[in-house]
Amino acid sequence: MSTSTQVALVAITAGVSCALVGVFLVLRRMAMMADAISHSVLPGLVAGYVLAKGPNVLVGFLGATAAGLATVVLVELLTKSRRVKEDAAIGLVFPVLFSIGVLVVSKYYANVHIDTDAVLYGEIAFAPFDTLTVAGMDLGPQSLWVLGVLALLNAAFLFLFYKELKLSTFDAGLATTLGFLPTLIHYLLMGMVAVTTVGAFSAVGAILAVALIIVPPVTASLMTDRLPALIAFSILIGGSCGLGGYLLSVYWDVSPAGMIATTLGGVFTAVLFAAPTKGLAAQALRRRRQRSQFSTEMLVVHLAAHEHTPDQDRECTLLHLEQELGWTQEKAIWTVKRAVQSGMINFRDGAMTLTPKGSELARVSVAR
Amino acid sequence: MSLVRDLFTDYTLRNVALGSVVLGIVSGVLGCFAVLRRQGLMGDALAHAALPGVCLAYMITGSKSSLTLIIGAGIAGWIGMLAILAIGRRTKIDQGSALGIVLTVFFGLGVVLLTVIQKGNDPNQAGLDKFLFGQAAALTAEHVTTMSTIGGIGLLFVALLFKEFKVLSFDPEFAGTIGLPVASLGKLLTGLLVLAIVIGLNTVGVILMSAMLIAPASAARQWTHSLGRMVLYSAVIGSASGLTGAIWSVLVPGIPTGPAIVICLGIAVAVSLILGSAQGLAWQSRRRKARRLEDPA
Amino acid sequence: MSQEPVAMPAVFVRDLTVAYDEKPVLWDVDLDIPSGTLTAIVGPNGAGKSTLIKSILGLVHAAAGTVRIFGEPHGRDHKVVGYVPQRGSVDWDFPTDALDVVTMGLYGELGWIRRPGRKERNRALECLDQVGMADFARRQISQLSGGQQQRVFLARALAQDARLYFMDEPFAGVDATTEVAIVDILKSLRSQGKTVVVVHHDLETVPTYFDRVALLNVRLMASGPVSDVFTPEHLQKTYGGKIAFLKS
Repeated sequence: MSTSTQVALVAITAGVSCALVGVFLVLRRMAMMADAISHSVLPGLVAGYVLAKGPNVLVGFLGATAAGLATVVLVELLTKSRRVKEDAAIGLVFPVLFSIGVLVVSKYYANVHIDTDAVLYGEIAFAPFDTLTVAGMDLGPQSLWVLGVLALLNAAFLFLFYKELKLSTFDAGLATTLGFLPTLIHYLLMGMVAVTTVGAFSAVGAILAVALIIVPPVTASLMTDRLPALIAFSILIGGSCGLGGYLLSVYWDVSPAGMIATTLGGVFTAVLFAAPTKGLAAQALRRRRQRSQFSTEMLVVHLAAHEHTPDQDRECTLLHLEQELGWTQEKAIWTVKRAVQSGMINFRDGAMTLTPKGSELARVSVAR
Repeated sequence: MSLVRDLFTDYTLRNVALGSVVLGIVSGVLGCFAVLRRQGLMGDALAHAALPGVCLAYMITGSKSSLTLIIGAGIAGWIGMLAILAIGRRTKIDQGSALGIVLTVFFGLGVVLLTVIQKGNDPNQAGLDKFLFGQAAALTAEHVTTMSTIGGIGLLFVALLFKEFKVLSFDPEFAGTIGLPVASLGKLLTGLLVLAIVIGLNTVGVILMSAMLIAPASAARQWTHSLGRMVLYSAVIGSASGLTGAIWSVLVPGIPTGPAIVICLGIAVAVSLILGSAQGLAWQSRRRKARRLEDPA
Repeated sequence: MSQEPVAMPAVFVRDLTVAYDEKPVLWDVDLDIPSGTLTAIVGPNGAGKSTLIKSILGLVHAAAGTVRIFGEPHGRDHKVVGYVPQRGSVDWDFPTDALDVVTMGLYGELGWIRRPGRKERNRALECLDQVGMADFARRQISQLSGGQQQRVFLARALAQDARLYFMDEPFAGVDATTEVAIVDILKSLRSQGKTVVVVHHDLETVPTYFDRVALLNVRLMASGPVSDVFTPEHLQKTYGGKIAFLKS
């Protein structure tokens, strides 16, 4: 397998594993917590380094995960004290923890393996050179293995706890009543986010791991309302942006992590505009259609209310529409034209009368 | 002490001191409104979003003057803000997710641009990545002047429109009924936030700027129940922490400024949470007893 | 103007239609509220009661319709209308005390930039006294009970010294003492010739507290004096069988 294929695989796997864990995080509206957890990876790694007195992948992992969970707990403690609101708590905890990590590294470990730049951007290009050797056999890039295992773990987590996750996300009260232990699920999910961030950061760095966690599920949420489809689209977007971003970064010779994040942004923007029901273009079209429908309904209801009354001659004129309904002349003319075209009203000598079809529409609208 | 004398006589230390005090005051004051309007994390997102602006400003003008870079940062921050607001208004995506998207995507773009710049082998460009963590030691008199001017404008707005900002932050609906242009005022106040952010970028850096906005205000809140005093205390805490952290990072080589300041801020917040006279945890039982005595059943 | 003018209604609403996402929340509402009256707006949840108030105040955009306040389109004179929003619309942890909140009622009068001075503080203190909260002037608002918070909001509205007041569920979640105090204030406002419009949630107290009532459920079902309009038939039409009791 060529080097660049290996790197590409790492990128794809990073995308997939992050997207998997991101789905429920986004559904729970905890996207910024992912940002906080990913920043705490650094002090966690540092703590692991200190404890193990040297580089040790497993201890580092454990330290980072513990730091991630500690972040969540600290934020919750601050919020529960009611002296700090949740968003402020997040914005306090992660910078402080991150700074402690940077401080320790700069002071004591300046020449050593932990590199703050790498934490931020990752070093995906070096992935093929950091290989996993087991029993004397070279099994390929370490990060590919780590991310691959994570992807499987996350998928298994989603699969095993699917209904617990789903219920505790949308109806925590019911979940507790049914004994689904939403608190446990919550911390398990947070733990998975921490572990996945650690795994991904060697590829794309902490901040851009957050991009892979958040952006695919949010993008997918613009495409579908159904949970299984949401998960599928998230994986698809995560994996393909990982690959596409990496390829573009090679082509243009720029930062792979940055390019992956930029690609995610591009895909999000495209979906934002073009998505079939929720996209901006579709929304604009629907709004226009509904507005004309709405105006027509208002017109026939208004006419129905005032026809066969002594005011009829006055109330059923174009000018009166502008006055009473507060419509501009343009809107009034346009609505009347459309109503005539669809056979709802007759417009003769400046006066409007309802057709049977129009009366029917008025009756139906009022009954609603 | 010779340090105090050096603060006045030594060029670097003097600028560091002045710059961090200005920064502390401006972020302390504007941070109060950000925190009260739950816009603290927006500050985080906008700070990260400023990175591509800084890079593009350099790429287009070739200049690293603080004004140029600040303008670039400001424009990028402003665009980020518009994007966040647009996403919130036109979709059902919640604000946290919108912040996360803008934060990571803009930052990613900034990182791409950084690598483009770095490839250029232009000796001039070294130092743009100092925007990530800040470097107070690089503050020049020019920086300080720019920071003070821009910061001064922000503070002037707050001084003039204090009661308007107060009622806007507390009860925007009511504010609308007494004739305040709520939407425009809100954009102005958030825009001032962008101002505070661009001032802090070369001192605290992009990544930790949110703490600069949130921490002084959060600490100050524990000492008072009045907005006016909160703003004042926040300015004091912000500048004290900024000053201490910046001096520390200059005197002890190897420590970037941002983390140094944030650690000082963290200590200030922790102390305030425990000892703060208005809400501090240490006085909780005493307050409860007092309230039970004075309130009728 | 004609010789003997019909007294101009405080509030004049015609064909008011408001929609969120093109779904009607208020549909073709015609409403007159005479000045010097106490009017209740009642209806089931989601009936659009708060929306009605907000659109009259110009806080919400209307798809169609006309609104006049004392004959003028709103926005002409903000000092004419006072507003007491729902208690839940505000974060009570905000660093401010009761006196400060009431002083905000005078901001409209002060205009841009001017700071409140001793005269304003004294006025605010008087209003606090009117609602029985003078002793709590310096109390931080999160340390107030629900009823006390409601009274502070009311005092703020009194400070506005408006001709017309809109209140959104002022009786929700308050203790009995506060409820009595609020009713007294409403009646005293009416005796001063002011107009008060209240979104009210408790049907039982409508006949005792209010002169007029408007029954709303997206469309205006009926409005007028309580004795004429507050009938089982109208209530049935408004609530569609959702109410447990019918007043005889």
